Amino acid sequence: MVENRPLLTLLSHFVMLIGVIVIAFPVWMTFVASTHDQQTMLQSPIPLLPGRYLFDNYMQVLTQGFGRGFGGAPLWVTLMNSTIMALGVAIGKIAISIISAFAIVYFRFPFRMWFFWAIFITLMLPVEVRIVPTYGVVASLGMLDSYSGLIIPLIASATATFLFRQFFLSVPDELTEAARVDGASPMRFFWDILLPMSRTSIAALFVIQFIYGWNQYLWPLLITTKADFYTVVMTVSRQANVVDSVPSWNLLMAMAMLAMVPPVLVVIFMQRLFVRGLVETEK
Amino acid sequence: MEKRVTFNERWLPYLLVAPQIVITLVFFFWPSGQAIWQSLLIEDAFGGNSKFVWFDNFINLFNDDSYYSSARVTVVFSFLVAAIGLGLSLFLAVMADRVIRGATAYKTFLIWPYAVAPAVAGVLWGFLFNPSVGIVAWMLQAIGIEFNYVINGNQALLLVVIASVWNQISYNFLFFLAGLQSIPKSLIEAAAIDGAGPGRRFWDIIFPLLSPVGFFLLVVNIIYAFFGTFGVVASLTQGGPANATEILVFKVYNDGFRGQDLGGSSAQSVILMIVVILLTFVQFRFIERRVHY
Repeated sequence: MVENRPLLTLLSHFVMLIGVIVIAFPVWMTFVASTHDQQTMLQSPIPLLPGRYLFDNYMQVLTQGFGRGFGGAPLWVTLMNSTIMALGVAIGKIAISIISAFAIVYFRFPFRMWFFWAIFITLMLPVEVRIVPTYGVVASLGMLDSYSGLIIPLIASATATFLFRQFFLSVPDELTEAARVDGASPMRFFWDILLPMSRTSIAALFVIQFIYGWNQYLWPLLITTKADFYTVVMTVSRQANVVDSVPSWNLLMAMAMLAMVPPVLVVIFMQRLFVRGLVETEK
Repeated sequence: MEKRVTFNERWLPYLLVAPQIVITLVFFFWPSGQAIWQSLLIEDAFGGNSKFVWFDNFINLFNDDSYYSSARVTVVFSFLVAAIGLGLSLFLAVMADRVIRGATAYKTFLIWPYAVAPAVAGVLWGFLFNPSVGIVAWMLQAIGIEFNYVINGNQALLLVVIASVWNQISYNFLFFLAGLQSIPKSLIEAAAIDGAGPGRRFWDIIFPLLSPVGFFLLVVNIIYAFFGTFGVVASLTQGGPANATEILVFKVYNDGFRGQDLGGSSAQSVILMIVVILLTFVQFRFIERRVHY
Protein backbone atom coordinates (compact mmCIF):
# COMPACT_ATOMS: atom_id res chain seq x y z
CA MET A 1 0.00 0.00 0.00
CA VAL A 2 1.38 3.32 -1.04
CA GLU A 3 -0.37 5.44 1.50
CA ASN A 4 -2.86 4.81 4.20
CA ARG A 5 -6.38 5.89 3.33
CA PRO A 6 -8.68 3.90 5.59
CA LEU A 7 -11.79 5.35 4.02
CA LEU A 8 -10.79 4.32 0.52
CA THR A 9 -9.84 0.84 1.72
CA LEU A 10 -13.19 0.52 3.42
CA LEU A 11 -14.89 1.61 0.21
CA SER A 12 -12.93 -1.01 -1.73
CA HIS A 13 -14.03 -3.73 0.67
CA PHE A 14 -17.59 -2.53 0.37
CA VAL A 15 -17.51 -2.58 -3.43
CA MET A 16 -15.94 -6.04 -3.50
CA LEU A 17 -18.56 -7.33 -1.10
CA ILE A 18 -21.37 -5.98 -3.29
CA GLY A 19 -19.69 -7.50 -6.33
CA VAL A 20 -19.38 -10.90 -4.70
CA ILE A 21 -23.01 -10.83 -3.57
CA VAL A 22 -24.38 -9.75 -6.96
CA ILE A 23 -22.34 -12.40 -8.73
CA ALA A 24 -23.43 -15.13 -6.31
CA PHE A 25 -27.09 -14.08 -6.29
CA PRO A 26 -28.27 -16.15 -9.31
CA VAL A 27 -26.74 -19.27 -7.80
CA TRP A 28 -28.24 -18.55 -4.38
CA MET A 29 -31.71 -18.21 -5.92
CA THR A 30 -31.17 -21.42 -7.87
CA PHE A 31 -30.24 -23.22 -4.69
CA VAL A 32 -33.24 -21.78 -2.82
CA ALA A 33 -35.60 -22.78 -5.63
CA SER A 34 -34.24 -26.32 -5.56
CA THR A 35 -35.25 -26.74 -1.91
CA HIS A 36 -38.96 -25.91 -2.16
CA ASP A 37 -41.93 -27.84 -3.48
CA GLN A 38 -43.57 -27.07 -6.79
CA GLN A 39 -46.52 -25.20 -5.23
CA THR A 40 -44.31 -22.68 -3.40
CA MET A 41 -42.34 -21.97 -6.54
CA LEU A 42 -45.43 -20.92 -8.44
CA GLN A 43 -46.48 -18.17 -6.03
CA SER A 44 -44.92 -14.82 -6.75
CA PRO A 45 -42.85 -13.55 -5.01
CA ILE A 46 -40.88 -16.72 -4.52
CA PRO A 47 -39.08 -17.19 -1.18
CA LEU A 48 -35.53 -15.95 -0.63
CA LEU A 49 -34.59 -18.58 1.92
CA PRO A 50 -34.24 -22.36 1.54
CA GLY A 51 -37.15 -24.70 2.21
CA ARG A 52 -37.51 -28.28 3.40
CA TYR A 53 -37.62 -30.24 0.14
CA LEU A 54 -33.95 -30.37 -0.70
CA PHE A 55 -33.63 -34.12 -0.31
CA ASP A 56 -36.90 -34.95 -2.11
CA ASN A 57 -36.14 -32.78 -5.12
CA TYR A 58 -32.59 -33.99 -5.61
CA MET A 59 -33.61 -37.61 -5.14
CA GLN A 60 -36.32 -37.24 -7.73
CA VAL A 61 -34.17 -35.64 -10.44
CA LEU A 62 -31.31 -38.03 -9.81
CA THR A 63 -33.39 -41.18 -10.02
CA GLN A 64 -36.30 -40.22 -12.31
CA GLY A 65 -35.30 -37.06 -14.08
CA PHE A 66 -37.82 -34.34 -14.71
CA GLY A 67 -40.71 -36.73 -14.33
CA ARG A 68 -42.33 -39.41 -16.38
CA GLY A 69 -43.42 -38.69 -19.92
CA PHE A 70 -41.02 -35.86 -20.72
CA GLY A 71 -38.46 -37.93 -22.54
CA GLY A 72 -35.75 -37.01 -20.07
CA ALA A 73 -33.20 -39.31 -18.54
CA PRO A 74 -32.61 -39.76 -14.81
CA LEU A 75 -29.97 -37.24 -13.95
CA TRP A 76 -27.47 -39.75 -12.61
CA VAL A 77 -27.17 -41.11 -16.16
CA THR A 78 -26.51 -37.69 -17.63
CA LEU A 79 -24.03 -36.88 -14.86
CA MET A 80 -22.18 -40.07 -15.63
CA ASN A 81 -22.16 -39.25 -19.34
CA SER A 82 -20.84 -35.76 -18.63
CA THR A 83 -18.10 -37.21 -16.46
CA ILE A 84 -17.09 -39.68 -19.17
CA MET A 85 -17.13 -36.95 -21.80
CA ALA A 86 -15.17 -34.44 -19.68
CA LEU A 87 -12.55 -37.02 -18.68
CA GLY A 88 -12.33 -38.32 -22.24
CA VAL A 89 -11.84 -34.86 -23.71
CA ALA A 90 -9.28 -33.82 -21.10
CA ILE A 91 -7.22 -37.01 -21.20
CA GLY A 92 -7.51 -37.41 -24.97
CA LYS A 93 -6.43 -33.86 -25.66
CA ILE A 94 -3.46 -34.08 -23.34
CA ALA A 95 -2.37 -37.47 -24.69
CA ILE A 96 -2.41 -36.63 -28.40
CA SER A 97 -1.02 -33.12 -27.87
CA ILE A 98 1.91 -34.08 -25.72
CA ILE A 99 3.20 -36.72 -28.15
CA SER A 100 2.77 -34.51 -31.20
CA ALA A 101 4.54 -31.65 -29.42
CA PHE A 102 7.32 -34.09 -28.50
CA ALA A 103 7.68 -35.09 -32.16
CA ILE A 104 7.70 -31.52 -33.41
CA VAL A 105 10.24 -30.28 -30.87
CA TYR A 106 12.63 -33.23 -30.57
CA PHE A 107 12.83 -34.57 -34.11
CA ARG A 108 13.75 -33.26 -37.53
CA PHE A 109 11.75 -34.90 -40.28
CA PRO A 110 10.31 -34.01 -43.69
CA PHE A 111 6.98 -32.16 -43.53
CA ARG A 112 7.55 -31.26 -39.89
CA MET A 113 6.49 -27.65 -40.45
CA TRP A 114 3.51 -28.81 -42.51
CA PHE A 115 2.25 -30.75 -39.56
CA PHE A 116 2.92 -27.82 -37.29
CA TRP A 117 0.84 -25.47 -39.44
CA ALA A 118 -1.94 -28.00 -39.91
CA ILE A 119 -2.31 -28.13 -36.12
CA PHE A 120 -1.89 -24.38 -35.78
CA ILE A 121 -4.81 -23.65 -38.10
CA THR A 122 -7.25 -25.54 -35.88
CA LEU A 123 -6.70 -22.84 -33.30
CA MET A 124 -8.81 -20.56 -35.40
CA LEU A 125 -12.12 -22.30 -35.90
CA PRO A 126 -14.32 -23.12 -32.94
CA VAL A 127 -16.73 -26.02 -33.30
CA GLU A 128 -19.68 -23.64 -33.44
CA VAL A 129 -18.56 -22.26 -36.80
CA ARG A 130 -18.49 -25.56 -38.64
CA ILE A 131 -21.23 -27.46 -36.86
CA VAL A 132 -23.30 -28.51 -39.87
CA PRO A 133 -20.52 -30.21 -41.89
CA THR A 134 -18.85 -31.67 -38.79
CA TYR A 135 -22.18 -33.22 -37.90
CA GLY A 136 -22.30 -34.69 -41.40
CA VAL A 137 -18.84 -36.21 -41.05
CA VAL A 138 -19.62 -37.75 -37.67
CA ALA A 139 -22.92 -39.10 -38.98
CA SER A 140 -21.28 -40.70 -42.00
CA LEU A 141 -18.71 -42.36 -39.75
CA GLY A 142 -21.57 -43.87 -37.73
CA MET A 143 -20.50 -42.11 -34.56
CA LEU A 144 -23.85 -40.57 -33.59
CA ASP A 145 -25.07 -41.63 -30.15
CA SER A 146 -21.73 -42.91 -28.93
CA TYR A 147 -19.07 -41.80 -26.50
CA SER A 148 -16.46 -41.73 -29.25
CA GLY A 149 -18.69 -39.31 -31.17
CA LEU A 150 -19.00 -37.10 -28.10
CA ILE A 151 -15.29 -37.08 -27.37
CA ILE A 152 -13.05 -37.58 -30.40
CA PRO A 153 -14.14 -34.63 -32.58
CA LEU A 154 -13.38 -32.27 -29.69
CA ILE A 155 -9.89 -33.47 -28.81
CA ALA A 156 -7.98 -31.98 -31.71
CA SER A 157 -6.68 -28.76 -30.25
CA ALA A 158 -3.79 -26.52 -31.01
CA THR A 159 -3.71 -24.82 -27.61
CA ALA A 160 -2.56 -27.92 -25.76
CA THR A 161 0.06 -28.72 -28.39
CA PHE A 162 1.40 -25.18 -28.17
CA LEU A 163 1.51 -25.28 -24.41
CA PHE A 164 3.63 -28.43 -24.45
CA ARG A 165 5.79 -27.18 -27.29
CA GLN A 166 6.49 -24.00 -25.30
CA PHE A 167 7.36 -26.06 -22.25
CA PHE A 168 9.59 -28.53 -24.10
CA LEU A 169 11.53 -25.68 -25.68
CA SER A 170 12.34 -24.43 -22.19
CA VAL A 171 13.74 -27.81 -21.08
CA PRO A 172 17.57 -27.59 -21.04
CA ASP A 173 19.36 -29.36 -23.91
CA GLU A 174 21.85 -30.83 -21.44
CA LEU A 175 19.18 -33.24 -20.25
CA THR A 176 18.66 -34.54 -23.76
CA GLU A 177 22.39 -34.83 -24.32
CA ALA A 178 22.87 -36.70 -21.07
CA ALA A 179 20.07 -39.08 -21.98
CA ARG A 180 21.58 -39.71 -25.38
CA VAL A 181 25.06 -40.29 -23.97
CA ASP A 182 23.57 -42.82 -21.59
CA GLY A 183 22.00 -44.54 -24.56
CA ALA A 184 18.35 -43.81 -23.76
CA SER A 185 15.93 -44.21 -26.62
CA PRO A 186 13.67 -41.24 -27.49
CA MET A 187 10.65 -42.88 -25.87
CA ARG A 188 12.67 -43.68 -22.76
CA PHE A 189 13.68 -40.02 -22.55
CA PHE A 190 10.03 -39.03 -22.99
CA TRP A 191 8.71 -41.36 -20.28
CA ASP A 192 11.45 -40.99 -17.70
CA ILE A 193 12.46 -37.36 -18.06
CA LEU A 194 10.04 -35.24 -20.07
CA LEU A 195 6.76 -36.59 -18.72
CA PRO A 196 7.65 -36.25 -15.03
CA MET A 197 8.88 -32.70 -15.69
CA SER A 198 5.58 -31.76 -17.38
CA ARG A 199 3.48 -32.81 -14.38
CA THR A 200 2.27 -29.33 -13.40
CA SER A 201 1.50 -28.31 -16.97
CA ILE A 202 -0.47 -31.49 -17.47
CA ALA A 203 -2.44 -30.95 -14.27
CA ALA A 204 -3.21 -27.31 -15.13
CA LEU A 205 -4.33 -28.25 -18.61
CA PHE A 206 -6.42 -31.07 -17.24
CA VAL A 207 -8.42 -28.69 -15.04
CA ILE A 208 -9.16 -26.34 -17.94
CA GLN A 209 -10.04 -29.12 -20.38
CA PHE A 210 -12.23 -30.96 -17.88
CA ILE A 211 -14.36 -27.83 -17.52
CA TYR A 212 -14.36 -27.35 -21.29
CA GLY A 213 -15.57 -30.91 -21.84
CA TRP A 214 -18.16 -30.81 -19.08
CA ASN A 215 -19.63 -27.54 -20.30
CA GLN A 216 -20.06 -28.53 -23.94
CA TYR A 217 -23.61 -27.83 -25.04
CA LEU A 218 -24.08 -27.66 -28.79
CA TRP A 219 -22.07 -30.73 -29.69
CA PRO A 220 -23.87 -33.24 -27.44
CA LEU A 221 -27.18 -31.63 -28.39
CA LEU A 222 -26.54 -32.37 -32.06
CA ILE A 223 -25.15 -35.84 -31.99
CA THR A 224 -27.22 -37.52 -29.29
CA THR A 225 -30.78 -38.63 -29.91
CA LYS A 226 -30.93 -41.39 -27.30
CA ALA A 227 -31.46 -40.41 -23.67
CA ASP A 228 -28.70 -42.86 -22.71
CA PHE A 229 -26.11 -40.46 -24.11
CA TYR A 230 -27.51 -37.10 -22.97
CA THR A 231 -25.14 -34.92 -20.98
CA VAL A 232 -26.28 -32.94 -17.99
CA VAL A 233 -25.75 -29.44 -19.42
CA MET A 234 -27.81 -30.09 -22.54
CA THR A 235 -30.54 -31.77 -20.48
CA VAL A 236 -30.89 -28.73 -18.23
CA SER A 237 -31.04 -26.36 -21.16
CA ARG A 238 -33.51 -28.52 -23.05
CA GLN A 239 -35.77 -28.73 -20.00
CA ALA A 240 -35.54 -24.97 -19.44
CA ASN A 241 -37.03 -24.35 -22.85
CA VAL A 242 -40.22 -26.22 -21.95
CA VAL A 243 -40.48 -25.19 -18.31
CA ASP A 244 -43.42 -22.89 -18.90
CA SER A 245 -45.60 -25.77 -20.04
CA VAL A 246 -44.51 -28.01 -17.15
CA PRO A 247 -43.66 -25.54 -14.40
CA SER A 248 -41.56 -27.67 -12.03
CA TRP A 249 -39.08 -24.91 -11.27
CA ASN A 250 -37.91 -26.70 -8.14
CA LEU A 251 -36.81 -29.74 -10.16
CA LEU A 252 -35.28 -27.72 -12.98
CA MET A 253 -33.21 -25.72 -10.51
CA ALA A 254 -32.07 -28.87 -8.71
CA MET A 255 -30.87 -30.11 -12.09
CA ALA A 256 -29.09 -26.82 -12.77
CA MET A 257 -27.33 -27.09 -9.39
CA LEU A 258 -26.16 -30.61 -10.17
CA ALA A 259 -24.93 -29.46 -13.59
CA MET A 260 -22.72 -26.73 -12.18
CA VAL A 261 -21.50 -28.12 -8.88
CA PRO A 262 -18.81 -30.49 -10.26
CA PRO A 263 -16.92 -27.95 -12.43
CA VAL A 264 -17.31 -25.20 -9.81
CA LEU A 265 -15.80 -27.47 -7.15
CA VAL A 266 -12.94 -28.28 -9.49
CA VAL A 267 -12.21 -24.57 -9.95
CA ILE A 268 -12.43 -23.74 -6.26
CA PHE A 269 -10.36 -26.64 -4.97
CA MET A 270 -7.77 -26.54 -7.72
CA GLN A 271 -7.65 -22.78 -7.91
CA ARG A 272 -3.90 -22.50 -8.34
CA LEU A 273 -3.78 -25.04 -11.17
CA PHE A 274 -6.85 -23.48 -12.76
CA VAL A 275 -5.37 -19.98 -12.84
CA ARG A 276 -2.09 -21.33 -14.13
CA GLY A 277 -3.81 -23.30 -16.85
CA LEU A 278 -5.90 -20.34 -17.90
CA VAL A 279 -2.90 -18.04 -18.19
CA GLU A 280 -0.67 -20.62 -19.89
CA THR A 281 -3.14 -21.68 -22.54
CA GLU A 282 -3.47 -18.06 -23.60
CA LYS A 283 0.22 -17.50 -24.23
CA MET B 1 12.96 -21.25 -31.68
CA GLU B 2 14.48 -24.66 -32.33
CA LYS B 3 16.18 -27.36 -30.31
CA ARG B 4 19.88 -27.83 -30.85
CA VAL B 5 19.86 -31.44 -29.70
CA THR B 6 17.42 -33.78 -31.43
CA PHE B 7 16.91 -37.48 -31.91
CA ASN B 8 17.45 -39.30 -35.17
CA GLU B 9 14.60 -41.62 -35.94
CA ARG B 10 12.99 -42.28 -39.25
CA TRP B 11 9.46 -43.37 -38.51
CA LEU B 12 8.89 -42.60 -34.85
CA PRO B 13 8.05 -38.88 -35.28
CA TYR B 14 5.38 -39.68 -37.85
CA LEU B 15 3.86 -42.19 -35.48
CA LEU B 16 3.81 -39.58 -32.73
CA VAL B 17 2.08 -36.86 -34.73
CA ALA B 18 -0.27 -39.32 -36.42
CA PRO B 19 -3.15 -39.32 -33.87
CA GLN B 20 -3.46 -35.57 -33.81
CA ILE B 21 -3.02 -35.17 -37.55
CA VAL B 22 -5.60 -37.85 -38.34
CA ILE B 23 -8.17 -36.32 -35.99
CA THR B 24 -7.45 -32.86 -37.36
CA LEU B 25 -7.86 -34.05 -40.94
CA VAL B 26 -11.08 -35.96 -40.31
CA PHE B 27 -12.85 -33.58 -37.96
CA PHE B 28 -11.36 -30.29 -39.03
CA PHE B 29 -10.12 -30.11 -42.60
CA TRP B 30 -12.73 -32.39 -44.08
CA PRO B 31 -15.74 -30.55 -42.54
CA SER B 32 -14.22 -27.14 -43.23
CA GLY B 33 -13.65 -28.13 -46.84
CA GLN B 34 -17.21 -29.38 -47.02
CA ALA B 35 -18.52 -26.11 -45.61
CA ILE B 36 -16.71 -24.24 -48.36
CA TRP B 37 -17.90 -26.69 -51.04
CA GLN B 38 -21.50 -26.71 -49.77
CA SER B 39 -21.59 -22.94 -49.71
CA LEU B 40 -21.34 -23.14 -53.51
CA LEU B 41 -24.22 -25.61 -53.89
CA ILE B 42 -27.99 -25.38 -53.68
CA GLU B 43 -29.72 -28.48 -52.47
CA ASP B 44 -33.35 -28.91 -53.41
CA ALA B 45 -35.80 -29.15 -50.56
CA PHE B 46 -36.33 -32.89 -50.81
CA GLY B 47 -32.63 -33.70 -50.56
CA GLY B 48 -30.63 -35.70 -53.01
CA ASN B 49 -30.17 -33.30 -55.87
CA SER B 50 -27.74 -30.49 -55.52
CA LYS B 51 -26.67 -27.97 -58.10
CA PHE B 52 -23.43 -26.05 -58.34
CA VAL B 53 -24.37 -22.37 -58.26
CA TRP B 54 -21.08 -20.52 -57.75
CA PHE B 55 -21.63 -17.66 -55.34
CA ASP B 56 -25.42 -17.54 -55.43
CA ASN B 57 -25.67 -18.47 -51.76
CA PHE B 58 -23.46 -15.55 -50.81
CA ILE B 59 -25.33 -13.19 -53.12
CA ASN B 60 -28.63 -14.32 -51.59
CA LEU B 61 -27.18 -13.76 -48.15
CA PHE B 62 -26.09 -10.24 -48.98
CA ASN B 63 -29.55 -9.47 -50.34
CA ASP B 64 -31.22 -10.90 -47.29
CA ASP B 65 -32.47 -8.40 -44.72
CA SER B 66 -32.59 -11.03 -42.00
CA TYR B 67 -28.85 -11.60 -42.41
CA TYR B 68 -28.12 -7.90 -41.98
CA SER B 69 -30.37 -7.72 -38.95
CA SER B 70 -28.58 -10.73 -37.45
CA ALA B 71 -25.22 -9.08 -38.16
CA ARG B 72 -26.44 -5.89 -36.52
CA VAL B 73 -27.62 -7.80 -33.45
CA THR B 74 -24.22 -9.51 -33.26
CA VAL B 75 -22.31 -6.24 -33.43
CA VAL B 76 -24.45 -4.53 -30.78
CA PHE B 77 -24.34 -7.64 -28.61
CA SER B 78 -20.56 -8.07 -28.87
CA PHE B 79 -19.96 -4.41 -28.19
CA LEU B 80 -22.12 -4.51 -25.06
CA VAL B 81 -20.63 -7.76 -23.78
CA ALA B 82 -17.06 -6.53 -24.29
CA ALA B 83 -17.64 -3.01 -22.95
CA ILE B 84 -19.67 -3.94 -19.87
CA GLY B 85 -17.62 -7.06 -19.16
CA LEU B 86 -14.25 -5.29 -19.39
CA GLY B 87 -15.44 -2.20 -17.52
CA LEU B 88 -16.91 -4.12 -14.60
CA SER B 89 -14.05 -6.57 -14.25
CA LEU B 90 -11.42 -3.83 -14.44
CA PHE B 91 -13.27 -1.95 -11.72
CA LEU B 92 -13.45 -5.04 -9.53
CA ALA B 93 -9.80 -5.91 -10.20
CA VAL B 94 -8.65 -2.40 -9.20
CA MET B 95 -10.66 -2.66 -6.00
CA ALA B 96 -9.30 -6.14 -5.25
CA ASP B 97 -5.77 -4.91 -5.91
CA ARG B 98 -6.25 -2.09 -3.38
CA VAL B 99 -7.21 -4.28 -0.47
CA ILE B 100 -4.37 -6.34 0.86
CA ARG B 101 -6.27 -8.30 3.44
CA GLY B 102 -8.89 -10.52 1.87
CA ALA B 103 -7.78 -10.16 -1.75
CA THR B 104 -7.34 -13.92 -2.11
CA ALA B 105 -10.74 -14.60 -0.60
CA TYR B 106 -12.39 -12.18 -3.01
CA LYS B 107 -10.55 -13.85 -5.85
CA THR B 108 -11.99 -17.24 -4.88
CA PHE B 109 -15.47 -15.76 -4.77
CA LEU B 110 -15.11 -14.18 -8.19
CA ILE B 111 -13.51 -16.89 -10.29
CA TRP B 112 -16.10 -19.64 -10.06
CA PRO B 113 -18.65 -18.30 -12.62
CA TYR B 114 -16.09 -19.35 -15.25
CA ALA B 115 -16.89 -22.97 -14.40
CA VAL B 116 -20.61 -22.59 -15.08
CA ALA B 117 -21.56 -23.69 -18.59
CA PRO B 118 -22.93 -20.84 -20.76
CA ALA B 119 -26.08 -22.91 -21.31
CA VAL B 120 -26.59 -23.24 -17.55
CA ALA B 121 -25.82 -19.54 -17.02
CA GLY B 122 -28.66 -18.82 -19.44
CA VAL B 123 -30.99 -21.00 -17.37
CA LEU B 124 -30.06 -19.23 -14.11
CA TRP B 125 -30.63 -15.74 -15.47
CA GLY B 126 -33.78 -16.80 -17.27
CA PHE B 127 -35.11 -17.98 -13.91
CA LEU B 128 -34.30 -14.68 -12.17
CA PHE B 129 -36.05 -12.67 -14.87
CA ASN B 130 -38.85 -15.10 -15.66
CA PRO B 131 -42.02 -13.03 -16.14
CA SER B 132 -44.17 -15.26 -13.91
CA VAL B 133 -41.84 -16.46 -11.13
CA GLY B 134 -38.60 -14.49 -11.51
CA ILE B 135 -37.63 -12.64 -8.36
CA VAL B 136 -35.85 -9.81 -10.17
CA ALA B 137 -38.72 -9.40 -12.62
CA TRP B 138 -41.02 -9.19 -9.59
CA MET B 139 -38.84 -6.53 -7.93
CA LEU B 140 -38.73 -4.52 -11.14
CA GLN B 141 -42.49 -4.70 -11.36
CA ALA B 142 -42.75 -3.47 -7.77
CA ILE B 143 -40.92 -0.29 -8.79
CA GLY B 144 -43.00 0.06 -11.92
CA ILE B 145 -40.81 -1.50 -14.62
CA GLU B 146 -42.50 -4.08 -16.79
CA PHE B 147 -39.79 -6.60 -17.63
CA ASN B 148 -40.80 -9.40 -19.95
CA TYR B 149 -37.93 -10.74 -22.00
CA VAL B 150 -40.20 -13.33 -23.62
CA ILE B 151 -42.00 -10.68 -25.67
CA ASN B 152 -39.74 -7.62 -25.54
CA GLY B 153 -36.79 -7.84 -27.94
CA ASN B 154 -34.60 -5.17 -26.35
CA GLN B 155 -35.07 -6.62 -22.89
CA ALA B 156 -34.25 -10.07 -24.24
CA LEU B 157 -31.01 -8.76 -25.73
CA LEU B 158 -30.18 -7.01 -22.46
CA LEU B 159 -30.73 -10.22 -20.52
CA VAL B 160 -28.53 -12.23 -22.89
CA VAL B 161 -25.82 -9.57 -22.44
CA ILE B 162 -26.10 -9.74 -18.63
CA ALA B 163 -25.88 -13.54 -18.56
CA SER B 164 -22.92 -13.54 -20.98
CA VAL B 165 -21.04 -10.87 -19.02
CA TRP B 166 -21.62 -12.75 -15.78
CA ASN B 167 -20.21 -15.91 -17.32
CA GLN B 168 -17.08 -14.20 -18.62
CA ILE B 169 -16.35 -11.85 -15.71
CA SER B 170 -14.02 -14.23 -13.85
CA TYR B 171 -11.78 -14.61 -16.85
CA ASN B 172 -11.44 -10.86 -17.37
CA PHE B 173 -11.01 -10.27 -13.66
CA LEU B 174 -8.16 -12.79 -13.35
CA PHE B 175 -6.22 -11.31 -16.23
CA PHE B 176 -6.73 -7.73 -15.09
CA LEU B 177 -5.71 -8.62 -11.53
CA ALA B 178 -2.58 -10.39 -12.77
CA GLY B 179 -1.80 -7.34 -14.91
CA LEU B 180 -2.27 -4.97 -11.97
CA GLN B 181 -0.10 -7.05 -9.68
CA SER B 182 2.72 -7.10 -12.20
CA ILE B 183 2.98 -3.29 -12.25
CA PRO B 184 6.09 -2.36 -10.25
CA LYS B 185 5.12 -0.84 -6.91
CA SER B 186 8.05 1.58 -7.18
CA LEU B 187 6.35 3.41 -10.08
CA ILE B 188 3.22 3.95 -8.04
CA GLU B 189 5.20 5.00 -4.98
CA ALA B 190 7.20 7.50 -7.02
CA ALA B 191 3.97 9.02 -8.35
CA ALA B 192 2.55 9.16 -4.85
CA ILE B 193 5.64 10.97 -3.59
CA ASP B 194 5.19 13.45 -6.41
CA GLY B 195 1.73 14.09 -5.03
CA ALA B 196 -0.50 12.16 -7.44
CA GLY B 197 -3.70 10.91 -5.82
CA PRO B 198 -5.23 7.48 -6.43
CA GLY B 199 -7.36 8.68 -9.36
CA ARG B 200 -4.49 10.43 -11.09
CA ARG B 201 -2.23 7.42 -10.54
CA PHE B 202 -4.82 5.15 -12.08
CA TRP B 203 -5.33 7.12 -15.28
CA ASP B 204 -1.72 8.24 -15.82
CA ILE B 205 0.21 5.15 -14.78
CA ILE B 206 -1.87 2.06 -14.19
CA PHE B 207 -4.27 2.40 -17.11
CA PRO B 208 -1.60 2.83 -19.83
CA LEU B 209 0.47 -0.01 -18.40
CA LEU B 210 -2.61 -2.20 -18.38
CA SER B 211 -3.57 -1.47 -21.96
CA PRO B 212 -1.81 -4.53 -23.49
CA VAL B 213 -3.81 -6.82 -21.20
CA GLY B 214 -6.91 -4.80 -21.98
CA PHE B 215 -6.43 -5.15 -25.70
CA PHE B 216 -5.83 -8.87 -25.43
CA LEU B 217 -9.00 -9.22 -23.36
CA LEU B 218 -10.93 -7.14 -25.88
CA VAL B 219 -10.15 -9.62 -28.66
CA VAL B 220 -10.89 -12.60 -26.41
CA ASN B 221 -14.21 -11.06 -25.38
CA ILE B 222 -15.25 -10.34 -28.94
CA ILE B 223 -14.47 -13.93 -29.93
CA TYR B 224 -16.38 -15.08 -26.86
CA ALA B 225 -19.40 -12.91 -27.72
CA PHE B 226 -19.38 -14.14 -31.32
CA PHE B 227 -19.14 -17.86 -30.61
CA GLY B 228 -18.94 -18.74 -26.94
CA THR B 229 -22.37 -17.35 -26.11
CA PHE B 230 -24.25 -19.86 -28.22
CA GLY B 231 -25.36 -21.76 -25.11
CA VAL B 232 -26.62 -18.62 -23.39
CA VAL B 233 -28.82 -17.72 -26.35
CA ALA B 234 -30.01 -21.29 -26.81
CA SER B 235 -31.12 -21.58 -23.18
CA LEU B 236 -32.59 -18.12 -22.81
CA THR B 237 -34.27 -17.01 -26.00
CA GLN B 238 -33.57 -19.39 -28.91
CA GLY B 239 -32.83 -16.26 -30.92
CA GLY B 240 -36.24 -14.72 -30.26
CA PRO B 241 -38.46 -12.83 -29.75
CA ALA B 242 -38.77 -11.99 -33.45
CA ASN B 243 -35.04 -12.68 -34.00
CA ALA B 244 -34.03 -9.90 -31.60
CA THR B 245 -31.27 -12.06 -30.11
CA GLU B 246 -30.38 -14.15 -33.14
CA ILE B 247 -26.62 -13.69 -33.27
CA LEU B 248 -24.79 -14.92 -36.37
CA VAL B 249 -23.58 -18.21 -34.95
CA PHE B 250 -27.12 -19.01 -33.82
CA LYS B 251 -28.42 -18.22 -37.29
CA VAL B 252 -25.97 -20.73 -38.79
CA TYR B 253 -27.50 -23.35 -36.53
CA ASN B 254 -31.08 -22.21 -37.08
CA ASP B 255 -30.83 -22.12 -40.86
CA GLY B 256 -28.80 -25.31 -41.13
CA PHE B 257 -30.55 -27.61 -38.68
CA ARG B 258 -34.03 -26.20 -38.38
CA GLY B 259 -34.43 -24.59 -41.79
CA GLN B 260 -32.48 -27.33 -43.60
CA ASP B 261 -30.93 -24.64 -45.82
CA LEU B 262 -27.51 -26.26 -46.07
CA GLY B 263 -26.12 -23.98 -48.77
CA GLY B 264 -27.11 -20.78 -46.99
CA SER B 265 -25.93 -22.06 -43.63
CA SER B 266 -22.58 -23.13 -45.08
CA ALA B 267 -22.12 -19.75 -46.72
CA GLN B 268 -22.67 -18.17 -43.31
CA SER B 269 -20.15 -20.60 -41.79
CA VAL B 270 -17.59 -19.56 -44.37
CA ILE B 271 -18.11 -15.87 -43.57
CA LEU B 272 -17.75 -16.59 -39.86
CA MET B 273 -14.56 -18.56 -40.50
CA ILE B 274 -13.12 -15.51 -42.21
CA VAL B 275 -14.11 -13.35 -39.24
CA VAL B 276 -12.40 -15.68 -36.75
CA ILE B 277 -9.27 -15.91 -38.87
CA LEU B 278 -9.06 -12.12 -39.00
CA LEU B 279 -9.60 -11.81 -35.25
CA THR B 280 -6.98 -14.47 -34.56
CA PHE B 281 -4.46 -12.66 -36.71
CA VAL B 282 -5.11 -9.42 -34.87
CA GLN B 283 -4.56 -11.25 -31.61
CA PHE B 284 -1.34 -12.90 -32.75
CA ARG B 285 0.15 -9.74 -34.12
CA PHE B 286 -0.50 -8.15 -30.79
CA ILE B 287 1.04 -11.01 -28.83
CA GLU B 288 4.15 -10.87 -31.02
CA ARG B 289 4.47 -7.24 -30.09
CA ARG B 290 3.85 -7.85 -26.41
CA VAL B 291 6.88 -10.13 -26.35
CA HIS B 292 9.14 -7.18 -27.15
CA TYR B 293 7.97 -5.11 -24.20
